Amino acid sequence: MTIEEVQNEIIDEFSMFDNWEDRYQYMIDLGKTLPLIDPKYKTEDHIIKGCQSKVWVHAEMENDKIDFTADSDAIITKGIIAILLRVFSNQHPKDIIDADTDFIDKIGLKEHLSPTRANGLVSMIKQIKLYAIAYQTQLN
Amino acid sequence: METSQEHSVFNIEAIRQDFPILNRKVNGKPLVYFDNAATSQKPKVVIDAITHYYSSYNANIHRGVHALSQEATDAFEAARKTIQKHFNAEHAHELIFTSGTTHGINLVASGFTSFLKENDEVLVSAMEHHSNIVPWQMLCERTGATLRVIPMNNEGDLVISDFDKLLSSKTKLVFVNHVSNVLGTINPIKFIIKKAHQVGAAVLIDGAQACAHIKADLVDLNADFYVTSAHKMCGPTGIGVLYGKEEWLKKLPPYQGGGEMIEEVTFEKSTYAGLPHKFEAGTPNVSGAIAFGAAIDYLNDLGFDKIQAYEDDLLNYATEKLSTLEGVKIYGTSKEKTSVISFNIGNIHPYDIGTILDKMGIAVRTGHHCAQPIMDYYHIPGTVRASFIFYNTKEEIDIFIEALKKAIGMLS
Repeated sequence: MTIEEVQNEIIDEFSMFDNWEDRYQYMIDLGKTLPLIDPKYKTEDHIIKGCQSKVWVHAEMENDKIDFTADSDAIITKGIIAILLRVFSNQHPKDIIDADTDFIDKIGLKEHLSPTRANGLVSMIKQIKLYAIAYQTQLN
Repeated sequence: METSQEHSVFNIEAIRQDFPILNRKVNGKPLVYFDNAATSQKPKVVIDAITHYYSSYNANIHRGVHALSQEATDAFEAARKTIQKHFNAEHAHELIFTSGTTHGINLVASGFTSFLKENDEVLVSAMEHHSNIVPWQMLCERTGATLRVIPMNNEGDLVISDFDKLLSSKTKLVFVNHVSNVLGTINPIKFIIKKAHQVGAAVLIDGAQACAHIKADLVDLNADFYVTSAHKMCGPTGIGVLYGKEEWLKKLPPYQGGGEMIEEVTFEKSTYAGLPHKFEAGTPNVSGAIAFGAAIDYLNDLGFDKIQAYEDDLLNYATEKLSTLEGVKIYGTSKEKTSVISFNIGNIHPYDIGTILDKMGIAVRTGHHCAQPIMDYYHIPGTVRASFIFYNTKEEIDIFIEALKKAIGMLS
């Protein structure tokens, strides 16, 4: 699936929730099922420090596609990470570079990408894009 | 004031009506504002003081010959007198308007650069806000003096016997907050000041977390410096006050050069104005100072004795209710504390609790609260902090407890 197709699928899923409780419960459950990052990557090199929660991200490229793994110490942050990884993981670097993140707004989670939250997510998206740029350079 | 009589019995409904923001809704729910230690809400008299200044007598102060300038100057200086009276300072010129607590601390730290030398010692408490650690670290880097830490215990009280041992003729400065922003501990500052003076050290007290709850008497405390911010005590942001004993303020060099702080200027040399103007370079925050005065009048009309009694009641009620929830751990259990509760629930991350509470219209603070050394002491990444003030109610605490139960259900 393309990044856009995955995003639309997520928007469809979230449109089924008509209250915040269900939306957040879904994210919390996603956070619980998120495949954890290999502990060896849970290091200072891979950390994105937010004031509120910490995020770890690791990337590897296989068959010209980037595979991301990530973790957070806060479960709601982890739930959003799970959504972001579903969108960006296993995609071609160029597509990751070109992708936008408007879908976050459409599923009612925009507040979590506000810099005032300081939860590490804004920096995480930046980091995902930076990984993509780095791997794209390797492909060129 | 029409409200003072009504408030004489601490009429909570009337008091809440004084704060327009308390009527708003957040995420469709009535706002429950428990982040008062970060900043307090403003009563209408404070908001009106700002509006009235800008719509009736806005002018630059201390220099105009015209009527507006005179009115603005009078109101600005009247505010300084209100603050002097409130804190029981000996002279009005011992009160310097600043942009807030951090500005006041930096002004003193900068001024002490020329007074300190290698091997001198500076003591700070283990429960300081970053703003009361970093300026002193910078001061020590500039002067070669050593920063030493007064430890705290598990209850969140300073270990006074260790403080005694740290004091020596090398000690030149001691910095302690009146109240801890995380733990709520009310520190024994009068005792600390007395002890520090016995070895000839100066003492600066950070009153930011105390000023909304406790009326500090500066003559009685005998502090050399006391700093605070208006916005913590129902006043506006961007204005605060530094109290310094006259003898200290005369000795300290000016912090910033500019208009207002000079007596005479030539290209060869300038001479500085007397107190307090020496430390108030540039056009000050006139509306802020006037509204700061209005905030202090408002609090005194309510009465600090009544405020304290009411808030103690809220604190006890909330502590009791919170303790009934499974897995709750409260940080800061001093016998002497203000209405602040820092806590965690089981292994749930504070950010997750804060996020769910926000969805239910409840504002709390989560994170390390700019006091990482305290978090390191307890080996935790952060806490949830609920801080109450006199306009909060037990009904709001009940809503908060129910919301916490819901959050626990969702997050466990």
